Amino acid sequence: MKTNRTPFVIRFFAATGCKGWLAIGFFSLLTFVLVPAAHLMLPADHALHVSDYAITLIGKVMCYAIVAVAMDLIWGFAGILSLGHGLFFALGGYAFGMYLMRSIGLDGVYKSHLTDFMVFLDWKEYPWYWTGTEHFLYAVFLVLVIPASLAFVFGYFAFRSRIKGVYFAIISQALTFAFMLLFFRNATGFGGNNGFTDFKRILGYSITAPEMRVTLFALSAFMLMFTLILGRYLMQSKFGRILTAIRDAEMRVMFLGYNPLWYKLFIWTVSAMLCAIAGALYVPQVGIINPSEMSTANSIEIAIWTAVGGRGTLVGPVIGAFLVNLSKSWFTVAFPEYWLFFLGLLFVVVTLLLPQGMVGLWQKLRHRSMR
Amino acid sequence: MFLKIRIKMLSNFSRIVFLLPFFLIVFSLPAYAALDPEIVKQLNAETNEEKVASIKNIALLGTPEAAALLQAMADDALSFSGDTIIRMEGDRAINVATGQEIKPLPENIETLVTNNSTRRALNASLSLLKLFSPDREERIKAAKALEASADALSMPILDQVLIKESDPEIKQIITLTRASIELKNPDPAKRLAAVKSLGESNHPDVKIKLTELTDPANEPDAGVQSAAKESLASLENRLLVGESISRVFTGLSLGSVLLLAALGLAITYGVMGIINMAHGELLMVGAYATYVMQGIFRTHFPEYIDWYVLAAIPVAFFSAGLVGILLERTVIRWLYGRPLETLLTTWGLSLILIQSARVAFGPQNLEVANPIWLSGSIEAMSNVVLPLNRIIIIGFAFFVLALMWVLLNRTRLGLFVRAVTQNRAMAGCVGVPTARIDTVAFGLGSAIAGLGGVALSQIANVGPDMGQGYIVDAFMTVVLGGVGQLAGAVWAAMGLGIVTKLIEGVAGAVIAKIVVLAIIIAIIQKRPQGLFAIKGRFVD
Repeated sequence: MKTNRTPFVIRFFAATGCKGWLAIGFFSLLTFVLVPAAHLMLPADHALHVSDYAITLIGKVMCYAIVAVAMDLIWGFAGILSLGHGLFFALGGYAFGMYLMRSIGLDGVYKSHLTDFMVFLDWKEYPWYWTGTEHFLYAVFLVLVIPASLAFVFGYFAFRSRIKGVYFAIISQALTFAFMLLFFRNATGFGGNNGFTDFKRILGYSITAPEMRVTLFALSAFMLMFTLILGRYLMQSKFGRILTAIRDAEMRVMFLGYNPLWYKLFIWTVSAMLCAIAGALYVPQVGIINPSEMSTANSIEIAIWTAVGGRGTLVGPVIGAFLVNLSKSWFTVAFPEYWLFFLGLLFVVVTLLLPQGMVGLWQKLRHRSMR
Repeated sequence: MFLKIRIKMLSNFSRIVFLLPFFLIVFSLPAYAALDPEIVKQLNAETNEEKVASIKNIALLGTPEAAALLQAMADDALSFSGDTIIRMEGDRAINVATGQEIKPLPENIETLVTNNSTRRALNASLSLLKLFSPDREERIKAAKALEASADALSMPILDQVLIKESDPEIKQIITLTRASIELKNPDPAKRLAAVKSLGESNHPDVKIKLTELTDPANEPDAGVQSAAKESLASLENRLLVGESISRVFTGLSLGSVLLLAALGLAITYGVMGIINMAHGELLMVGAYATYVMQGIFRTHFPEYIDWYVLAAIPVAFFSAGLVGILLERTVIRWLYGRPLETLLTTWGLSLILIQSARVAFGPQNLEVANPIWLSGSIEAMSNVVLPLNRIIIIGFAFFVLALMWVLLNRTRLGLFVRAVTQNRAMAGCVGVPTARIDTVAFGLGSAIAGLGGVALSQIANVGPDMGQGYIVDAFMTVVLGGVGQLAGAVWAAMGLGIVTKLIEGVAGAVIAKIVVLAIIIAIIQKRPQGLFAIKGRFVD
C-alpha cells in the first residue's frame, strides 16, 4: 500500500464530501444544541417545547437507524442478507443491561444486592458471567466484544464454507432463534421472558432525569453520525470496492486472487458491533430489554427498514428506519388493527415496485424532471 | 318376594356393571347367601376402626350381596334401627343381612352416616370387587389400580381372583401385586419368592420397592437382598427398553409433524426456489378450515361430528391451495429468481394473513376438539403409552408423502413441474406452459401445507400465530434434507424428530432445541447443499 500515504485520520474524514459534512454539521447543531435546549430550557406549554415522549421516540428511532445502516453495510454493499441482526442488537442491549441491573443496587423490590429476578429464583450469588458487570467500562467493553466475537466465529465458519444468499439468511435466523430460546429460560440468568427492566441510574445519575434523557439522545445522534461517516469511509475505500465486487460476482473476485472470506468477515463483524452499540444505547432509553427482541420478526423488520430507504446507499436506511418506525408509532396508536396490514403491504410493495427504495424513487423523479 | 328384591336391587344398582359376574361366581351357591349378621352389625359400630374392618370383611366375602350392600352404603342408602342394618324401600324396611322384610316396621329408624375414613374403605373395597367384572378392560383397570394400593387384607380376594381368572395378563398383574404384598411377609423364603417373581414386573413403582430391599437396613436376609438386586437389574433393563421405545415414538411423532410442515415447502422452496415465509400461515389456513368444518358439522350434522376431520381434509387442501394460487398470481410470479426478495415479500404476506385471521376469527386460540377415533391411546407396554392421534398423524404424514410422490412422479402435471424446475427455457420450448405450471405447483405446495394444518389442528393450538412456530423448523428440515427432492426431507424430518426427543430426555426441551439448531448450523457448514443433495456439477 505504498501509493496511499495520506494519514488514516485524514482519509477517514475526507471520505465524506462537502455536502455530507454540511448535513452532518446541521444535524449536530440540531441534536446537540437545538433539541436539548428546546427540551430543557423551554417551559412545557411553549410551542417549540420538545416533549419527553418525542425525545425518547426519536432517540429510539436513531438507534434503529444505526441498525439499519449496519444492515445496509452487510446486505446492501456485500449482498449478504442477515436475519441475525436482531440478535446482535439484543446482545448489546443485554450486555449494557447487566450494568444497568447492577446499578439498581439495593433499590430493587427485594432490597437485595442481587437483581430481583435472581432473588425470585432463590439464587445466592451472581453467576460467573455477571462478574465485573457493575463497572461501567467493563460493560461497555462487553457491548463491544461479545456480539462482535459471536459474529466473528459464526461468520468465519459460515463464510469459510461459502454459505451465502438464502442459506445464510436461514442459518442466521436459526442462530437467532436458538439464542431467543436460550434467553427465554430462567436458568440462563438473564431474567427469562421478563428480561431486564426497572433501571434506576447510570453512573450515579438518575435514568429518568431530563438531562440523562438528552444525553442519551445526543449520544445516539453522535453514534448515528459516526456510523454514517465510517460507512462512507469504508465504502469509498478499496475495501468497499472489493466488497461490492464480491456482491456482484464473487467467483470473479476469487479468480482475481482475492479471498472473499476476510472481506465479508470484516464487514460482518463491524456490522454486528454497530448493532450491539445501538442496542446498548436503546435499552436505557426504552427502559426494558427482553428476549422477544431476538424474535424472527424483529430481524426481518430491520431488513425492511433498509429496503424501504434504499439498499446500497448510506442515507437510505436512515430514512427507511425513520419512515417505518414513525409510521409504526402513529399506526399503533391510531389504527392498531391495521398496522400489520400496512407493514405487510410495505414488504410487498417495496420489493415489487421500489427495489431501490425511497432514495431510488427520489433519484428517478429527479432524473425525469431534469430531462 | 325374593325375586322382587333381586329385581329391585338390580334396578337400584343397574349402573353397577359388576353385579353380573357375581351371579357367575356364586352360581353354585344358593340364590341368596345371607350375610353374617354379626359382621353386618359392625357397619354401625362405635369406632371407625371397627366399621372399616367390617367393610373389609364384607368385601372379602366376594359375593354379589356383599357388593350390593357396600354400594348401598356408599350411596348413603342404609339406615339402622337398634342393631339391625336396614334398607328402606318405600315404606318397607329390608334387613340387609337376611334380605327379609321386617314386619312390623321397626321404630326409630336412623340413617347410617359415613365419614371420610369409612368412605375410603368403601371405595377401596368396591374397586377390589371390580376384579370380578365381566368386562376385561374393567378387570384390567381394577387390577392395575390395585397394583399400587393393595395391602395384606386384600390377599384372600387376590387368591380368589387367581383361581377364577383366565386372562393371562390379569393373572400376571395379580401375581405381581401378591408378590409385592408378600415382600412384607416375615418369612424370608416367602420374601425371596416374591422378589424373584417381581423381577418380571414392568411397573415403575416396583422399582422403588425393590430398591428398598437392596438396602440391609430394610432387608435383614442376604439371600433376599441379592435376589432383589438381580430382579432390579432385569426390571431396569426392561424399563429402559420401554423408555427408549416411547422416546423413539415421540421422536417419530415430532418428525411426522415436521414432515407435514415441511412437505409443502419441499415443493415451493425445494423445487421452485421460493423462500415462502408465509408457509406457516398456509398451515394456519388448513387448521382454520378444520375449525370451520367442525362448526358446520356441529350445527348441521351433529350426528356425524366424529367425521368432521375427514371432511376437513379436502376443504383444507383446496382452501390453502386457493390462497396459494392467489398469492402466486398476484405477487410471487414477479419474483422468480430473486430468492432474497421472495423472503421479504412472503414475510409481508404472512403478516397480512395473520392479521386477517385475527380480524376474522379473533386473536385467541380456537378450540378444535379431537373426534373419538383420534382420542385415547394404546398401551404397548406398562410404561409405553402411545396416543392414538399421534399414531394416526404419523400415518397421515406418510399418506401425504405418498400423495405428493405420486403427483410429482406419476402424473403429467408432476412431469411438467419437474421439467420446468430443471430447465425452464427448454420446457417452454417443447410446449410446457411454464407460467401456468408455476401457479399450479405453488398451489400444490400450499395445498399440501393445508393438509399439514389439518393434522396440526388435532395436536396443537389453533390461533393466528400458530404458523410462526413452525416456519423455522420447516425450513431447517428442508435445508437439512437437501433441496429438490422428497426423500431428503423425510430423513431430515424423522432424524430431527428422534434426535430432538433423545436429547430432550437428557437435557430438557429448550436445551434440546438449541442443541439441534446448533447441530443443523454445523451440518450446513459442512454440507451447504444439505445432507441428501442431488449430486451434480454446477457453479453459480
